[in-house]
Amino acid sequence: MTAALCAHALSTNTWTRPSTFDALDTLESEAIHIFREVAGEFDRPVILFSGGKDSTLLVHLAVKAFAPAPMSFPLLHVDTGHNYPEVIQFRDDLVRKRGLRLVVARVQDWIDDGRLTERPDGTRNPLQTVPLLDSINEYRFDAVLGGGRRDEERARAKERIISLRDAFGRWDPRRQRPELWNLYNGRHAPGEHVRVFPISNWTELDVWRYIQRENIELPSIYYAHPRVVFRRDGMWLAQGPWGGPRNGEPLELKSVRYRTVGDGSCTGAVESTATTLDEVIAEVTASRLTERGATRADDRLSEAAMEDRKREGYF
Amino acid sequence: MADGTRDLLRFATAGSVDDGKSTLVGRLLYDTKSVLADQIESVRRASVDKGLATPDLSLLVDGLRAEREQGITIDVAYRYFSTARREFVLADTPGHVQYTRNTVTGASTAELAVLLVDARHGTVEQTRRHAAVLALLRVPRLVLAVNKIDLVSFDEAVFTAIAKGFTGLAKALGYPEDRIVAIPVSALLGDNVVNTSANTPWYSGPTLIEHLESVPVTSPELDAPLRIPVQYVIRPRTSTHPDYRGYAGQVAAGTVRPGQRVLLLPEGLESTVATVDTADGELAEAGVGRSVTILLADDLDVARGSMIVDAADPPMVTDQLEATLCWLSEKPLRPGARLLLKHGTRTTQAIVSALHDRLDTDNLTFTAPERLKINDIGRVSIRAADPLPVDDYANNRATGAFLLIDPPTGNTLAAGLVGSPLVITELPTLPHRSGP
Repeated sequence: MTAALCAHALSTNTWTRPSTFDALDTLESEAIHIFREVAGEFDRPVILFSGGKDSTLLVHLAVKAFAPAPMSFPLLHVDTGHNYPEVIQFRDDLVRKRGLRLVVARVQDWIDDGRLTERPDGTRNPLQTVPLLDSINEYRFDAVLGGGRRDEERARAKERIISLRDAFGRWDPRRQRPELWNLYNGRHAPGEHVRVFPISNWTELDVWRYIQRENIELPSIYYAHPRVVFRRDGMWLAQGPWGGPRNGEPLELKSVRYRTVGDGSCTGAVESTATTLDEVIAEVTASRLTERGATRADDRLSEAAMEDRKREGYF
Repeated sequence: MADGTRDLLRFATAGSVDDGKSTLVGRLLYDTKSVLADQIESVRRASVDKGLATPDLSLLVDGLRAEREQGITIDVAYRYFSTARREFVLADTPGHVQYTRNTVTGASTAELAVLLVDARHGTVEQTRRHAAVLALLRVPRLVLAVNKIDLVSFDEAVFTAIAKGFTGLAKALGYPEDRIVAIPVSALLGDNVVNTSANTPWYSGPTLIEHLESVPVTSPELDAPLRIPVQYVIRPRTSTHPDYRGYAGQVAAGTVRPGQRVLLLPEGLESTVATVDTADGELAEAGVGRSVTILLADDLDVARGSMIVDAADPPMVTDQLEATLCWLSEKPLRPGARLLLKHGTRTTQAIVSALHDRLDTDNLTFTAPERLKINDIGRVSIRAADPLPVDDYANNRATGAFLLIDPPTGNTLAAGLVGSPLVITELPTLPHRSGP
């Protein structure tokens, strides 16, 4: 053995990390490292883009990872059709300004040709899985980058940074590969792909602080604005073509903002007067609810709603 | 921003099932106000459904359906909380199911580990096994949380005896005394976790959270010679950057500065760092963990898989490795089998040519092995298809680490550590045996 090469005890150096390299710098460098690994190891990566703050952050980090070269990953938007016009406008502006490629998979197209059926409750969030998997197959994407964070939800807390999906896009939590050091193992068979989560270790507050530090533009619905809303399941939902309000759900004009951007039928707004980043950060810091708990009806379906959707191939 | 200088500490927790680890993690999250109202409500509802009288804080941690149904933790879970001084990433590793696999995973990125023992039982065999894995993985600092101190009537003598025994164990595993701290806690009641306990007037040390937020982040990579595995070559070929050729990578060890003499390995080319570039502009220097793009003074043809290293202190370049393996797969090691080895940003073929010995985790000695199977730790010789620039893992966790991968399935078979990083001297005997 190479005993002679081994230090006998652990090194006793006292050199410490300079304080100028703070938590956000650490998280940024980790995310950039992951983007570069994906570029080095996969043939056809794609960034899943919803127009929300997390996927907007992903695009920002990806651009930084390859600067000054143009960022070459295309964006894939699985469009439920239940959108906020501000978000679609924001998406199109971002794509034009950054010179990006955008692929849109419209849930409505899948419903129109019979591959999907509208749910009785009108929610289209769970319907995104089939168009997502079909698009991955059609474009032969082998690495699908998403803005999922481990602090969002209990099943996501056990997710790997690079997570293998079988040919049906399924996640099997019991068969995940151990993830060691920063050596990511992205090997996959033809037809399989990996999901990649570069901001796994960020919290909601990290995301907001970084958006402030980097001056990242977001859709306006993240800031307080007047909106006609109605109350359902303890959340403020916007009026829209997705089936609201029903009888007995009065419309009210409120000052609200969104903490997440998802399908309009199941993404709630929170009452807020926060119109600036400083005010949003103050509000998030003081909030007693998680962002999904406050705003996502789809996670309330059962104790394991997210795990079940992930197993079926959802993000 | 006032808190702009908060840094980030990655740490892991390890302990047996009944030591109250989930409760400790729940307590850390709860007392740092990192658990929000809807999470508490969800835990409360689930506890009522299970017929429990009080909320079960472990339900905060156990996220998967199978875990909640069976009441066990299967997989490493990551938790996030922060104080005014620091942000924390906690890798919570289950103690009983596949503890080697999970502890190795959690420890591989940890800058500190919290080991739990039950004050009524003290250091038991499982504690020794966990400590040995943490020492093998070279986690720089250990904290021993002597839990359930309330159940021994906050007795100073009990704590002192356990702390003394553990210090002996940690020293035998190579830890200097200033890298080990023992803290008497009650995770259930909260004593000395976040808030100083009135029940332990004889203890003058920090609470667990005080220690976590003030301990210096140290690791051998910080003052080791420069190592940057090249991840990707950035060549814009745009009108504004027609001749830009940058090597993208994360500093794995040391510090990089313009003007520094470097070698590119395994090619053996020498050059000078012209620029340390980032999207935010050039840097005067970049330390461990920072993602940068290196521009060299010479026009070299280097690609992903190479490593930029300090020309004055390069690693050895070899295709023959002596290494320690933590075997993580149901499929046992078959000496002679053709495998893939991933080191830094290079993946090459490799053959484990000999299995020398296996760590007997009951008495922490290396014994002659018959085979290496899941959760075993063993020492081997490896022959790689290409020469690799490697450091001894004990000196550099980043460039001394590698994975072994099964070619047909792509599964990770083993965590590999160059050399023999576990050095055991004068192991103390257990003060007493306990449990079944």
